[in-house]
Amino acid sequence: MTNGVAELEGSDAIFIIGSNTATSHPLVATRIFRAIENGAKVLVADPRKNQIAQFAHLYVRHKPGTDVALLNGMMKVILDRGLADRAFIDANTEGFTEFKTLIDQVSLEDCAAITGVPVSQIEELAQIYGKADRGSIVYCMGITQHTNGVNNVKSLANLAMVTGNIGREGTGVNPLRGQNNVQGACDMGGLPNVFPGYQPVTLGAASKKFADAWGKDTLPTNIGLTIPEMFSAIEKDKMQGLWIMGENPVVSDPDADHVKKALEDIEFLVVQDIFMTPTARLADVVLPGASFAEKDGTFANTERRVMRVRKAIDPVGESKADWEIIQEISTRFGLSMAYAGPSEIFDEIARLTPSYSGISYDRLEGDGIQWPCPTPAHPGTPYLHKDGHFTRGKGLFHAVEYKGPAEVVDEAYPFWMTTGRVYAHYHTGTMTRNSAALDREVSEGFLEINPADAAALDILDGQKICVASRRGEIETRIMITDRVEKGVVFMPFHFEEANVNKLTNPAYDPIAKIPELKVCAVSLTKV
Amino acid sequence: MDYQNILTTCTYCGCGCNFFLEVLDGKLVGTIPCKTSPVNEGKLCIKGWNVHQFVQSENRLTHPMIRKNGVLEKVSWDEAFDYTASRLSEIKAEKGSDAIGFLTSAKVTNEENYLLQKFARAGVGTNNIDHCARL
Ligand code: SF4
Repeated sequence: MTNGVAELEGSDAIFIIGSNTATSHPLVATRIFRAIENGAKVLVADPRKNQIAQFAHLYVRHKPGTDVALLNGMMKVILDRGLADRAFIDANTEGFTEFKTLIDQVSLEDCAAITGVPVSQIEELAQIYGKADRGSIVYCMGITQHTNGVNNVKSLANLAMVTGNIGREGTGVNPLRGQNNVQGACDMGGLPNVFPGYQPVTLGAASKKFADAWGKDTLPTNIGLTIPEMFSAIEKDKMQGLWIMGENPVVSDPDADHVKKALEDIEFLVVQDIFMTPTARLADVVLPGASFAEKDGTFANTERRVMRVRKAIDPVGESKADWEIIQEISTRFGLSMAYAGPSEIFDEIARLTPSYSGISYDRLEGDGIQWPCPTPAHPGTPYLHKDGHFTRGKGLFHAVEYKGPAEVVDEAYPFWMTTGRVYAHYHTGTMTRNSAALDREVSEGFLEINPADAAALDILDGQKICVASRRGEIETRIMITDRVEKGVVFMPFHFEEANVNKLTNPAYDPIAKIPELKVCAVSLTKV
Repeated sequence: MDYQNILTTCTYCGCGCNFFLEVLDGKLVGTIPCKTSPVNEGKLCIKGWNVHQFVQSENRLTHPMIRKNGVLEKVSWDEAFDYTASRLSEIKAEKGSDAIGFLTSAKVTNEENYLLQKFARAGVGTNNIDHCARL
């Protein structure tokens, strides 16, 4: 997030798009409810009428995958009605002219036709967000899990910049991170193109710095493979070994049958986890890691706040903290590691990662610290881009044209399928489904369908149905609800026995390589 | 009777709420939200309130295992470490560094993410490391 979670309470307008906030990030939703009490207007755009939509000043239901059309329509209104912040644009941004040329050609009627949102509602969204003194944008996987996810994010940045809603308290473009330490995994270089602190592996200076620190002459400078690319490499017999730590791609990845096949075929698979997940069942070596309660360490939350994880009990059975497992294998492989504990590892991180350099375990005894924190005396950074100073100098506008989703409905697959979470569960359910209280709340997968569609198919609430896409089919029970509109169905992705990711489309964004989990075409038949 | 409570950070979602884990004689027995946390100010969602439950689930993996003749069998840590290190070395020697890949995790700590990418880059010599941020 560019801004802190608590700052939301002071926003005048909060535009939530593609985030089921009340379910997926309950304690962010709390701040949004307080903002409403403080007089903020909340705007929600989502194909599914989720919980937070019920509290919104205005809820609009756009068709899955049409975010850019909706946002371009809003920006058209903002430019036409003089709601743009020209002073901010002139002082702090580049690329505005090209962006404006594109927006000038946008027709609101076209946007309405593409998105299914009436022109009057597009206007109202634009008026409320555009007039706010402190406007905040909140988004989640509903924006990123598309073949045009990067364009969606660029459009949101355009919207914030055109109205000067960035670099001040209570404003910003705020992605909510899905899993608890996604921010940390990215910060720590768990990506094929960057070292810790987003220092490019292709950059000579960065490569030399890390090589020196790690006692190597050189490090590889070619960008590595992303997850979908690794699965293709396995298929083409170009990758023989894979070590998976704490992930369950057999359930979480699109086109799950295909992923399973790749993991069955690979020569050597190591899975390190706390439960026997469907992925671990395919492994050649299973390494039992320790849960967060059994080890020391740090997490970075969605607002870049680095916080301590503390050991409460000893590892269960013979399991071991994941850092100890890596250290042992690395040493036996030939790269010696002899850290006395996580705090020593953290000190090495701080030495090599500029945004973490001022942080140490001693300083994390209090409330945690939001990076960037460059020196031991620095208090941390609640919000980024202060006074319009962007990381790259000036904020860059991108002219983004609307492009439809990779797969569209047709006669054979007439329903739009979209996926998400339910309140009691988390990700592939590995942890939550092993909690008695949470399993009692929601113990089975389901498919949400509009009453009109259910009537046309002649099915009743709770009945079983077969759901098929071009990639596979599954059976699940239906739940009749007007949370989804006619022609759209929704399934949560926590349940391996009704794994919606057997159906989803692995087509991915060309830049971010994020698969289009949020939109695919399916058919429904009574069983 | 030995009772302790330990301040820590939730493992489920990106909010990162803080709470105390209650420990009685070495067993987790409950969760108490942290009132002074700037993140959650004494509140938790249903997942946070029940976070101690999965930790001591009967289904936890408790032993390292290696597949022998098609089935996963319990082995000692020494055997698991040696076998993993030597198989990775063989693959690297035969097929090169880029024949090995790593998936790291949004569920483990920063320190653990750091170590795995260090091992991938400096040990094995590949940038084939990614995680499910996109999912
Ligand atoms: S308590 Fe709930 S809202 Fe807070 S971090 Fe855990 S899962 Fe997220």
